[in-house]
Amino acid sequence: MANTADTPGRAGTASPLELLAVDHLLTDEEREIQATVRRFVDERIRPGVAGWFEAGTFPRELAEEFGSLGLLGMHLEGYGCAGVGAVAYGLACMELEAGDSGARSFASVQGSLAMYAIWRWGSEEQKNRWLPGMAAGELIGCFGLTEPDFGSNPAGMRTRARRDGDGWVLDGTKMWITNGSIADLAVVWARTDDGVRGFVVPTDAPGFSAPKIDRKLSLRASVTSELVLESVRVGEDALLPEARGLRGPLSCLNQARFGIVFGALGAARDCLETAIRYAADREVFDRPLASFQLTQAKLADMALELQKGFLLAMHLGRLKEAGRLDPRQVSLGKLNNVREAIVIARECRTILGANGVTLEYPVLRHANNLESVLTYEGTSEVHSLVIGQALTGHAAFA
Amino acid sequence: MNIVVLVKQVPDTATERKLSAADSTLDRASADGVINELDEYAIEEGLRLKEAHGGEVTILTMGPDQASDSIRKALSMGADKAVHLVDDALHGSDAVQTSYALAQVLKKIGFDLAVLGSESTDARTGVLAAALAERLGVPQLSLASKVEIDGSTVRIQRITDYGYDRVEGSLPAVLSVVEKINEPRYPSFKGIMAAKKKPVEKLSLADAGIDPALVGLAGATTQVVDFADAPPREAGTVVKDEGDGGAKLAEFLAAKKFV
Ligand SMILES: Cc1cc2nc3c(=O)[nH]c(=O)nc-3n(C[C@H](O)[C@H](O)[C@H](O)COP(=O)(O)OP(=O)(O)OC[C@H]3O[C@@H](n4cnc5c(N)ncnc54)[C@H](O)[C@@H]3O)c2cc1C
Repeated sequence: MANTADTPGRAGTASPLELLAVDHLLTDEEREIQATVRRFVDERIRPGVAGWFEAGTFPRELAEEFGSLGLLGMHLEGYGCAGVGAVAYGLACMELEAGDSGARSFASVQGSLAMYAIWRWGSEEQKNRWLPGMAAGELIGCFGLTEPDFGSNPAGMRTRARRDGDGWVLDGTKMWITNGSIADLAVVWARTDDGVRGFVVPTDAPGFSAPKIDRKLSLRASVTSELVLESVRVGEDALLPEARGLRGPLSCLNQARFGIVFGALGAARDCLETAIRYAADREVFDRPLASFQLTQAKLADMALELQKGFLLAMHLGRLKEAGRLDPRQVSLGKLNNVREAIVIARECRTILGANGVTLEYPVLRHANNLESVLTYEGTSEVHSLVIGQALTGHAAFA
Repeated sequence: MNIVVLVKQVPDTATERKLSAADSTLDRASADGVINELDEYAIEEGLRLKEAHGGEVTILTMGPDQASDSIRKALSMGADKAVHLVDDALHGSDAVQTSYALAQVLKKIGFDLAVLGSESTDARTGVLAAALAERLGVPQLSLASKVEIDGSTVRIQRITDYGYDRVEGSLPAVLSVVEKINEPRYPSFKGIMAAKKKPVEKLSLADAGIDPALVGLAGATTQVVDFADAPPREAGTVVKDEGDGGAKLAEFLAAKKFV
């Protein structure tokens, strides 16, 4: 239901984003895509997600359900992809992340990192070979850039690929790779005599292994792995012909990062909706918690940041659709929206008191997840430096 | 096979629904319109039959302009085209008149199989399938939980208290479905984007050959005489357990004839 400012919803029923009637900024198709993903998340993600989080798994079977909806590589054209606009893609990320950042991460890594790398930098044969199966969720991809010793500074990577007859041999270790252990193919970035190049490595290639990283406290409903490459031989057809240098992987990160600008708000919205409902029902000192000024000030400030963040995301989305989005603007969006989302999640946790620290409610799960979101796809510090450089002209990275 | 799925837009059951004080008809502006839930099963079954046997799925909706939202949703699930019977003169038509109007449209556009949900969540008369079959002079296969088509024969299963009935008839036919029959698909993003480009034909009474005297509130064969809000729910009974909680619960249930 669209509530406008003069017909606010009852406590516990209004979505915090409805205060600004942001629905009016969307086309019918965008609204329908958003509603479809929201329903999918309510029916297919919410019921199981606390269990997946606790068990530290992401159910592989969901991949094909994501695929039949069109969630995988949704913003790409052709090869079985839906080809939706940037805002629709952002809204889908937002609804997925309202379920769990792990679900959104799955779609981001598959669509914006692994598929985008092939779609943007691959040969026609590579696109035809991999993309339709990946769009359908039958094949899962991962994206290996980060290494144990090189995260924010991928230029230092040690993974090497050397020519060997009519193919290549890869050696090295990648770290913190989403979907690694459940992937059928890995897009691996490696140093060559010709600079950084990308390779599509089938995960059943001899010498390739992807042990799962356990004992995470964040993004638990997502598989994170190490990729170990020990003299892995691939043919010439594994090389992404069009990508040379770090521009290749960075272009992919920029796509996924854009999705996070919207996605993080989904997690925040879910926390805020939960907190509003909880405050309406919970009685303290014989009155609803929601009726205390201190609670209302918290809720008002959070709703404010959520809505500002959404307007920022929408602005970036429309710029992207017009082909005018600058990577520095994405840095701005990611820095703000993830930072505010994590503040909102933690503040909502206080409203839920002790219940807030359990998996019965989504808030601490979201807050914990957002720790990863703050770090991956460029840490908040790195995005501050990008903006700092844009403002001052001085690069302060090294 | 030419499959026509009848889809009604109804007020969202999750929101508060109202009748208008002026003429006791549904106040459609007061609630969001959605596809009648059972009709989603009808659409799904239509799409599955098309996938298995070929042909085309046409959505047929009678309703005001806003019903076009529901039509687009049905198209985004995968239907090929739609016919929208929309005319102010239809306002207030009852079930008998509605069956006349829709039968006229079905005669005009032709069909092998007309598929319906077995009832709507707003009016809940549940008579449309029977009335349509009668007016069109074709078999009615009602309350189907399973459908098979073999040449020009339609076979259904209908769940009953004692097991199920097997019913068969020949095409053309009218088929009504129940929730058990399938799991409606989500519209895919591709479907959502394609829906806008699919043809939606708008028909007025004259276009469909409908006699204006036979539809609308004034000539309705049934009339809402009066209506009142449902009484507010009474506060429940709280049983405090002072060692005899079990006995008190049992007494309560027995008094209400639950045990
Ligand atoms: C759950 C999860 C999933 C991930 N999935 C993937 C994946 O699928 N593929 C992939 O390739 N990677 C993935 N990553 C890795 C992620 O991209 C890196 O963790 C990130 O780039 C940061 O690298 P790092 O952890 O090595 O931290 P470091 O680079 O060591 O940074 C440590 C701290 O130093 C700060 N810092 C670094 N440089 C500077 C500087 N110049 N000035 C000031 N401060 C600085 C950082 O901001 C950070 O606070 C994932 C990470 C997580 C947690």
